Amino acid sequence: MSTLHLTVEPATPPARFTDLLAAEWIKLRSLRSIRWFLLVATLTVVGLNANGARVSRAEFGSWTAQQQSYYAEFGALHDAFTRPCASLVLLMTAALGAIAILSEQTTGLLRTSFAAVPARRELLAAKLAVVTAVATGFGLLVASVSFWLDEAMLAGTYGGVSIADPGALRLLVASALLAPVGALVGLALGAVIRHSVTTMVALFALLFMVPMFVHDNTHFGAVVAHAQPFNAWARLGLVGEITGQPYPSSIGGAWAVYLVWAAVAALLVMIAVPSRDQ
Amino acid sequence: MAAPGSVVPVIEVNRLTKRYGRVTAVNDLSFTVRSGHVTGFLGPNGAGKSTTLRMILGLHAPTSGSATVAGRDCRGLRRALRQVGALLDAGDVHGGRTARDQLRFLARSNAIPAGRVDEVLGEVGLLTAADRRIGGFSLGMRQRLGIAGALLGDPPVLIFDEPLNGLDPEGVLFVRNLFRRLAAEGRTVFVSSHLMTEMEHTADRLIVVGRGELLADETVAEFAARGSQQTVQVRTTDPTELVTALTAGGARVAQAPDGLLTVTGLDATAIARTALDHRLLIHELVPRTGSLEQAFMELTGSSVEYAAGARA
Repeated sequence: MSTLHLTVEPATPPARFTDLLAAEWIKLRSLRSIRWFLLVATLTVVGLNANGARVSRAEFGSWTAQQQSYYAEFGALHDAFTRPCASLVLLMTAALGAIAILSEQTTGLLRTSFAAVPARRELLAAKLAVVTAVATGFGLLVASVSFWLDEAMLAGTYGGVSIADPGALRLLVASALLAPVGALVGLALGAVIRHSVTTMVALFALLFMVPMFVHDNTHFGAVVAHAQPFNAWARLGLVGEITGQPYPSSIGGAWAVYLVWAAVAALLVMIAVPSRDQ
Repeated sequence: MAAPGSVVPVIEVNRLTKRYGRVTAVNDLSFTVRSGHVTGFLGPNGAGKSTTLRMILGLHAPTSGSATVAGRDCRGLRRALRQVGALLDAGDVHGGRTARDQLRFLARSNAIPAGRVDEVLGEVGLLTAADRRIGGFSLGMRQRLGIAGALLGDPPVLIFDEPLNGLDPEGVLFVRNLFRRLAAEGRTVFVSSHLMTEMEHTADRLIVVGRGELLADETVAEFAARGSQQTVQVRTTDPTELVTALTAGGARVAQAPDGLLTVTGLDATAIARTALDHRLLIHELVPRTGSLEQAFMELTGSSVEYAAGARA
């Protein structure tokens, strides 16, 4: 071997967080399955919501005057984003978030990523940010397209509402933000469980089954029920005061539920992953 | 940051130990990998090579001891590709991405210009497959992609875990030449393998481990000398009589069922003279020098025995 002749070390550029954001964006975008997933999810949610409005519009003429006025006051707004669609958005974005981390953990790619970027918390923060942003974009898209499409179909005699009407903007934002909450919960469970099938079952149980089985007739039951993201969304979609419930939830409480789930999920990711041997 | 050139890019492993519960994967391991050489990291399967490499790269936390690259613990680096490039497992990729996408996000995360991606793809001969999904790659192509990833940051230190696995002869030759060139450029090249034959023509220096412990740290020539106990293969028309004569002359003789004698302790000339003295006909006489393979088997074999004995 010839004499050691190391050329001048090239100036190392500073480690920028934006580079990690860009890298995570490339990662997410370059998976064909995620692009298809988002396309199918968008069409499904918008289609289901539009179908609800279409059915209401078709049946509107056969209703009594009382039913028609009730629909105009509450129903038309609800058709802009139906309960099944909210459940679906929550579950689908949870799956999306889970895929974002599981696609690295189950393939060993996370090892490659951490070998390149030893600043693990920084890398995970970038991943959380990119997944949250993508999910929020998806949520805003399906919520606003659903709203304007459905209310356009219901406009005029069918009681369609405008975004300026009471509760309309809140329903739209609450529906849109359900997506990042779901994605973060999915990411956290994927990060902790590290197994694809188990993660999906756990997500389904946590986000879909639990809200179905809790009853809000006792104080404890009400606290648990109100703490579910789906129930928080349902509360945010309600216009007016709640009557006839012993422990009603509040609007502020519902927003807090969104925030706490998102924060706990992000924290779990930051705690569970960095300390592990890869 | 030290002035350019003042830091010698070496890997230093100091009393490194890793335990998983009651299993000790790496036990009090110390060695240094020098720059300007291809250093082989050799040991049987399960000797703790991969665990050691992962600790060097900061992927596994040591139970005790330390591992540094150019004097720094990799865990303290924020971005690593310009300091140390590594291929640990060619399977550590997502099959749904293309080769180019896999390298694009790696490059971006370390602020490496995007143009470098095609450079390294060209260097490993994958440019024509750049836009194909990795899922359809052969093991050899994945190895090449992993090597391309290690080269992305043009680092002074390179670590490869079993890089020759799955490569065709052309690929093996290519990788060997690449490693030699990288070492000749003054870089530190550290390559693990469980096959001595792979290292024989690839490495200048060897670090040999068995059961997580250091067995040897020397040049390939020094290592080969360990196995230099010479043997001679002999065939004769009357094996029984020759065995008696050779044993009387101080040799140790092993006889194979087909009559082939393997003689240690006497050289070919002495054997021929003994045969002549006893008027025996020899029709094959082949001196065999010890191979690296033999040295390796002897060394690691005893380490396995020792460990098994110690356990009982």
